[in-house]
Amino acid sequence: MALSAYFASLSLLKLVKNVPGGIAQGLIWGLMALGVYITFRLLDAADLTVDGSFTLGGAVAVMLILGGWPAWAAVLVAVLAGILAGMCTGLLHVKLGIPIILAGILTQFSLYSINLRIMGMAANKALSVDKFDLLLSSRYIPSAIVTAAIIALALVSFFYWYFGTQQGSAIRCTGSNPNMSRAMGIDIGFMKILGLSISNGIVALSGALMAQYQGFADINMGRGAIVIGLAAVIIGEVLGKALLGKHLNFFGTMAFVVIGGIMYYIVVVVVLWLRLNSNDLKLITAVIVALFLAVPYLRDQKKSSFHRLKVKEGKPNA
Amino acid sequence: MLNVENISKTFFPGTVNERTALDGVSLHLKPGDYVTVIGGNGAGKSTLLNAVAGVWPVDNGRIYLGGVDVTAMPEHMRAEHIGRVFQDPMMGTAPNMWVEENLALALKRGEKRGLRWMVTKELRAELRERLKALDLGLEERMTTKVGLLSGGQRQALTLLMASMKKPKLLLLDEHTAALDPGTAAKVLELSDKIVEENKLTTMMITHNMSDAIKHGNRLIMMNQGKIVFDISGEAKQHLTKKELVEMFSHSTNITDNDAMMLS
Repeated sequence: MALSAYFASLSLLKLVKNVPGGIAQGLIWGLMALGVYITFRLLDAADLTVDGSFTLGGAVAVMLILGGWPAWAAVLVAVLAGILAGMCTGLLHVKLGIPIILAGILTQFSLYSINLRIMGMAANKALSVDKFDLLLSSRYIPSAIVTAAIIALALVSFFYWYFGTQQGSAIRCTGSNPNMSRAMGIDIGFMKILGLSISNGIVALSGALMAQYQGFADINMGRGAIVIGLAAVIIGEVLGKALLGKHLNFFGTMAFVVIGGIMYYIVVVVVLWLRLNSNDLKLITAVIVALFLAVPYLRDQKKSSFHRLKVKEGKPNA
Repeated sequence: MLNVENISKTFFPGTVNERTALDGVSLHLKPGDYVTVIGGNGAGKSTLLNAVAGVWPVDNGRIYLGGVDVTAMPEHMRAEHIGRVFQDPMMGTAPNMWVEENLALALKRGEKRGLRWMVTKELRAELRERLKALDLGLEERMTTKVGLLSGGQRQALTLLMASMKKPKLLLLDEHTAALDPGTAAKVLELSDKIVEENKLTTMMITHNMSDAIKHGNRLIMMNQGKIVFDISGEAKQHLTKKELVEMFSHSTNITDNDAMMLS
């Protein structure tokens, strides 16, 4: 009886009402995932700076807008701040020989203090859309979706061009084969710093947009960003391969990474609609990421001769 | 073209694993020299090649390339003048990138990489012609990821990449060791062709004595970080495998059984 009462209490209308908000948030996180894609897939490096640089972007943007800057200029400065954060991780890794995961953790850790200082030692800074002219806000979801989608399209197009240039290709080459890159005269240290800077610039951009969307910057808004970014990257890749298969080019892959962010947030909306405890979201996210990461591996395993022989062993006549 | 003066290299100095890989090696290569390098495991062949390529700094001595002192120059800066093919077919190409992208990257070896689009239409046509000359059918697979090619195809591609922008020095580090005999022979033949056509100054490490005799105009043998035998020109052409094996066992003090296996 309790179960039927539970289902009766779920209103489909409410779900439909919440989907646009999920799409807007998903688009903004999708941009963040683009940044993660650059390091995780193109540079073949797990960069944990992003948790800090996402908050950094939000903090810088909010404080500058509160200080009277136009929103677009505040976002631009936020991007620069993100680039500096990525550069810091890159320098720690390349110039001081610290393993990249640790370098990212160190930058992220220090950014907690820096972000607090930027926000004037407050853990939370509100930014009212009534008082300031923002690029996007959860108050006006349709226009927020349009704005975020335009930015996403512009960024995907930009990266499609950039990673096809000689410099962008050198970054990809560094991630694909560092030995060969050196033999080709590519300064792989410089390329790593460059890639990390670009990636964190985008992540900070996403943070700056998210702070405006939700109407505040919070010291913890970037916590777990790397996992959400990875979730978006992986969901997007799996989805893209399933839908487009061989026709999935680089532009499509990046577009699907953004779409992966949207898919992730639609799942979040559904989870919240089912009235599961929102504190369990992180657990659910981790399970989703683990599942999507495991699926390609398990599928390959099934095709391997180990598996096939094991199956035959069980049935001697097969 | 290449002038190596009295270089030394010791790995893990001051530890129990201390190993002298190069012990005062000097070597002078004239433009167009094609040197084969032989020697037992740990003789210092690869260390010599890597020292010239700048993979690590040497402890002592100087290295000049085309008259320029490159001793202090890092690997990626020397790359402008040096083409390399590695023993491991996986090492010379970027597996996640297309065939045409790998070639286009190689064409810019040692140059500044700016914000121009890398694979233009004209370049693609040019690269197609270059691939056709390899005669492996790779011109039909320009947008295949290199990771999907076979070891032999990859080594052939790496050879083309190493020589496309003419290097002052071509370093072949046992580049056929990981291939089956048939493919190895083809890749060697291709190496000869490329070296000859471009008149490249070349060093080739090999474990195969017949190959060492057959290819190139000069042969050096290394042992314990030193060059113990250096023969070129007429004398090298008349060198027999038997003589070489005798020389090898003499200089390395190994038993006849080992020498038999090597021949």
